[in-house]
Amino acid sequence: MRFVDEFRDAGTARALASRIAELCRSIPGEPGREYKFMEVCGGHTHTIYKHGLEDHLPDTVTLVHGPGCPVCVIPMGRVDDAIAIAEQPDVIMTTFGDMMRVPGSRGTFLESNAAGADIRMVYSPLDSLKIARQNPDKRVVFMGIGFETTAPSTAMTLLRAAREGIDNFAVFCNHVTIIPAIKAILDSPDLRLDGFVGPGHVSTVIGCRPYEFIPRDHGKPLVCSGFEPLDILQSVHMLLRQLAEGRCEVENQYSRVVPWDGNPRALRAIAETMQLRPYFEWRGLGFISHSALQLRDAYRAFDAELIFDVPGVRVADPKACQCGEVLKGVLKPWECKVFGTACTPETPIGTCMVSSEGACAAYYNFGRFSRERVRHATALPTPSIGRR
Amino acid sequence: MTTDEQQVLDRIDRARRRRPRVREERITMAHGAGGKATHTLVEALFLDAFRNPQLERLEDQAVFPAAGGRFAFTTDSYVVSPLFFPGGDIGELAVNGTVNDLAVSGASPLHLSAGFILEEGFPVADLQRIVASMAAAAAAANVTVVTGDTKVVQRGKADGCYITTAGVGVLERDVELGADRARPGDAVLVSGPIGDHGVTIMLARGELEISSDIASDTAPLAGLVDALLDAVPRGVRCLRDATRGGVATILNEVAAASDVAVVVDEAAVPMRAEVRGASEILGIDPLYVACEGRMVVVVDGAQAPAALDALRSHPLGAGAAVVGTVAADPPALVLLRTEFGGTRIVDMLIGDPLPRIC
Amino acid sequence: MCLGIPGEVVEVGVDRPDLAMVDVSGVKRAINIGLLDEGEVGPGDWVLIHVGFAMSKIDEAEAKAAMEFLEGIGQAYADEMAALLESRIE
Repeated sequence: MRFVDEFRDAGTARALASRIAELCRSIPGEPGREYKFMEVCGGHTHTIYKHGLEDHLPDTVTLVHGPGCPVCVIPMGRVDDAIAIAEQPDVIMTTFGDMMRVPGSRGTFLESNAAGADIRMVYSPLDSLKIARQNPDKRVVFMGIGFETTAPSTAMTLLRAAREGIDNFAVFCNHVTIIPAIKAILDSPDLRLDGFVGPGHVSTVIGCRPYEFIPRDHGKPLVCSGFEPLDILQSVHMLLRQLAEGRCEVENQYSRVVPWDGNPRALRAIAETMQLRPYFEWRGLGFISHSALQLRDAYRAFDAELIFDVPGVRVADPKACQCGEVLKGVLKPWECKVFGTACTPETPIGTCMVSSEGACAAYYNFGRFSRERVRHATALPTPSIGRR
Repeated sequence: MTTDEQQVLDRIDRARRRRPRVREERITMAHGAGGKATHTLVEALFLDAFRNPQLERLEDQAVFPAAGGRFAFTTDSYVVSPLFFPGGDIGELAVNGTVNDLAVSGASPLHLSAGFILEEGFPVADLQRIVASMAAAAAAANVTVVTGDTKVVQRGKADGCYITTAGVGVLERDVELGADRARPGDAVLVSGPIGDHGVTIMLARGELEISSDIASDTAPLAGLVDALLDAVPRGVRCLRDATRGGVATILNEVAAASDVAVVVDEAAVPMRAEVRGASEILGIDPLYVACEGRMVVVVDGAQAPAALDALRSHPLGAGAAVVGTVAADPPALVLLRTEFGGTRIVDMLIGDPLPRIC
Repeated sequence: MCLGIPGEVVEVGVDRPDLAMVDVSGVKRAINIGLLDEGEVGPGDWVLIHVGFAMSKIDEAEAKAAMEFLEGIGQAYADEMAALLESRIE
């Protein structure tokens, strides 16, 4: 696959890894010092574990997982609201696959579907609009989740629905914005970070400028990174090079896809259909002002929160849940008291375990093994016949 | 790894080995996906009620002695939607799937039964098509459908047509195959490119608006099994038909039943470009995607070359490859050496492989 | 919500210029190119696809430069390793 395979090459990875190790040794002042970089985006977390990227990093470099998992940050109360909408008569609820097993206080979408609600998985909000067109006697609701990467798609779908007069279509908007999440991390006293691996796909929409306050006001470099393992490895290399050379700035590793100024049409689509909420609750991070989107007044006919009665109840996380600390990078997944025992991918207590991008799910599904024992096992030669 | 992290992993390991319980009040789609939920349901509910030595082995078929010989016996249900898809239909699937469950014990499949649950309003022409497929598939596999049943349920139930089969075969070869027979040093092979069937069905459902040339790989494997066991009469530990839950599920079953590590080389796993493309778009892992004409072979490492040659010499095994090895440690885990040069585990499937967007 | 895949544009809609057919490794899907400028992409161009929309046109020059840089590192490493293996300290 073009633009994918090249960025997964193991030989180049090994070479980059040795460069990274060299850089660590050469940074002025502190040999053996540890470096902590936060990768904000859940997609990065997933890639790191799926490809075993940390095997290429020296022990002195740690990647900390951040709150950039838009499923992980949805509070249980909002999941309950979505399920309440789905359970109303003649409603077809449509959502991305990621949401199907997220637990609210009374169950998940999957369980609600089993009990009789009509909940369908879609790949694109446009597919949801199509279902609305095909089912004029039903009310079709699309649960919009995601950061600025996905908001434009919801926005474009709303514009289309308005143009075509599809009045049985509505959006339950849970889009959140990335900058307030990063600010919450920077303002958190618990964490000492050396830099950020920036969210590449969000940046296709918002560009790289919005991150400039991070080096300027907080003295941390940020490298906007692609999602293939070599992208992330190269971004780590670029961060270390900044530290070695005494620079502190925003750099764009993902320049093949990310324009420095972002995508003006995408931003316009969002601006036309949505506006910032005064505040929004983020699971684990609490209430953050101007951090989430809602539909504009002109689009109130498509706003599921206005059309349907939603409980709107704030549901506290279960006592045992430590998702908040994991989302902030303060706790590693295995440091959560219920990790792997009471909280597993089949019986998730928190969203970090149920979302495929959550740090806990990634570690449980991909990284849950002892490296020493495995080193011995994987040293066994695979018979070299049969390569494709 | 710090002691703390190791302690957490040990604690999790113990928790996973505990007796499974069904916690849900209602059946969900996850119970049918072939992963953890399915296994828990089978072990905690069915096995618990029906307990007997043949069932406990939880292989693709039951082998039992009778009339001085050994027989293999299996059952399957087919609920696929859509009923007709590129590469086959529910009928062909039903015959081949049942034949394969028998064949992977080393048995020669003989006879099938076919029970039909039909929805009121289902077109007779479609039923004829399905039955014609079954007849053709049975002839190609050298088996006969010797008994059957038909029921009709009201409109709105049964998705058109459900088929349940049972199959019986005779095991004359002197082999003992099972997921619990793998040992360190064994090689793991697959008989061809993975994921064709599952991706075909996902795309054929039409909801995802993705089109491609992929077709189901449904095929009867008895001939391929014969070719393999003729060439390697001793040394094959386990044969499994890779269906629901994909290759990853079988590898996990072998690792758990034999208490070994299965180490897979990602670069060695054969896969069509389109399966790869569809999996990347949808964010699903092809290791968990169903096949319907592929087997996983665990064989004595020294005889792996002979096994591979035997598979490749048969038309259904042309794309066979060695994908991994069995190691002693860490037990009951499947490890993947990624193309990128890192390592990760391949766990038992949780739920349905839902396409992810993130 | 970060899963973005590169795909090749195979054709652009004639009466629906906001739609394009893309190919990802032999798998085709219609996607919406309304987030890109009119006429920005045509057959043979590559785009980044996310939930049925093209988010950005892939800049092949930048991609090439990125690969060359990475390959350069790879080659330099390979050269060093070769030199290491060939050298003998006497």
